[in-house]
Amino acid sequence: MLSTAIIVFREVLEAALIVGIVLAASEGLARRGLWIGSGIAVGLGGALVVALSAGAIAAAVSGMGQELFNASILIIAVIMLGWHNVWMGRHGRELAREMNTVGRDVVAGNRPMYMLVAVVGLAVLREGSEVVLFLYGIAAAQQEQVGLMFAGGMLGLVLGAGMGLLLYLGMLRIPSKYLFNATSWLITLLAAGMASQAAGFLVQADMLPTLAPSLWDTSSLLPQKSLLGRLLQTLVGYTDRPMGIQVLFYIVTLGGIAMLMRAYSGVPVGKSTNAVTAEI
Amino acid sequence: MRHGRTSQADTLLNKLAPARVAILGLSLLGATAWLTLSLMPVAVAADMPVYNLITKDGLFTPDLLEVPAGIKFKIVMKNDGSGPEEFESSDLHREKVATPGQSVSILLGPLKTGTYGFYGEFHPETAKGKIVAK
Repeated sequence: MLSTAIIVFREVLEAALIVGIVLAASEGLARRGLWIGSGIAVGLGGALVVALSAGAIAAAVSGMGQELFNASILIIAVIMLGWHNVWMGRHGRELAREMNTVGRDVVAGNRPMYMLVAVVGLAVLREGSEVVLFLYGIAAAQQEQVGLMFAGGMLGLVLGAGMGLLLYLGMLRIPSKYLFNATSWLITLLAAGMASQAAGFLVQADMLPTLAPSLWDTSSLLPQKSLLGRLLQTLVGYTDRPMGIQVLFYIVTLGGIAMLMRAYSGVPVGKSTNAVTAEI
Repeated sequence: MRHGRTSQADTLLNKLAPARVAILGLSLLGATAWLTLSLMPVAVAADMPVYNLITKDGLFTPDLLEVPAGIKFKIVMKNDGSGPEEFESSDLHREKVATPGQSVSILLGPLKTGTYGFYGEFHPETAKGKIVAK
């Protein structure tokens, strides 16, 4: 039961952390529960479809379908996260300039949720399909302790979701003045980490060179498979033995989003209350 | 109120949220399929050596694969077990799921001489193996 809980926890963790970040990023937005809930529901539906067609996906594209599918999902999520941040960089200033609360709420209410909802859906789909496969496998094996193992699965699910909730609650403690800036940075790092993961899948499909098999090795210091390693992998893209191409994808995505945000942010506003937004 | 009209439109949009998310989901699925297909790899070399690996209920057979260093090769992993298994290796940067009855290909190399570990993500305690490149 415990091993089932651990396996499900690992798979759920990444999606839960992403949902936590999205919840923090959409703080104060009208009906965001409905939006994010729909994103999770669509992601779960997608996860079922993906799990059921796992055989067909793996067999596609000369047997490299699984890799390309994962890489595609990650690349689309990176684009959406970047898009969201550029939009926020452009309109964040407007948000800060609105002195009265009503005006601020109106601008805040116009924030585009589609991109973040899509990212939630994609994250749930990618991680969820593995959970579905794994739990299906337990059911198919029809061992005696199926009930116990399902209980383990549920425990893992709750623990994983709990980590996402902790991240969200932690971020809420950041003063709202800085929350904007903090979520922008987190989303940029999240996107860079996803781009590096996508590069890994494309190398696995033999479509990209590694450039260097591993630029550094911190696996003895902080193993990627440890809890902290996994947390950092999702949040900032930590890899204990990164391939050269992964680091390249990471830097290009990080720099690309930061540059686009700067390019589209307009003229900086000198007021000290707006300085935080201006720095994004 | 210069935002008045946008606000009304947005309220309407929000009311239609579930339908719009479903449409968004479908278009995402389309985009993913399109991207997957457009990423069609350059033809995988047919002449690379193939090594067979069987995974069954948390055990790999063989659990030691000897491969030549410096060339590309392919592992074909067949899942003879009753549940799914994921071939995973931090040393080799590989992760690949196989459902029961399924055979999956893992492209590897060229490797430097050395020992590379792999394990089954769904049975991490028992499913362990090594690749030795000579």
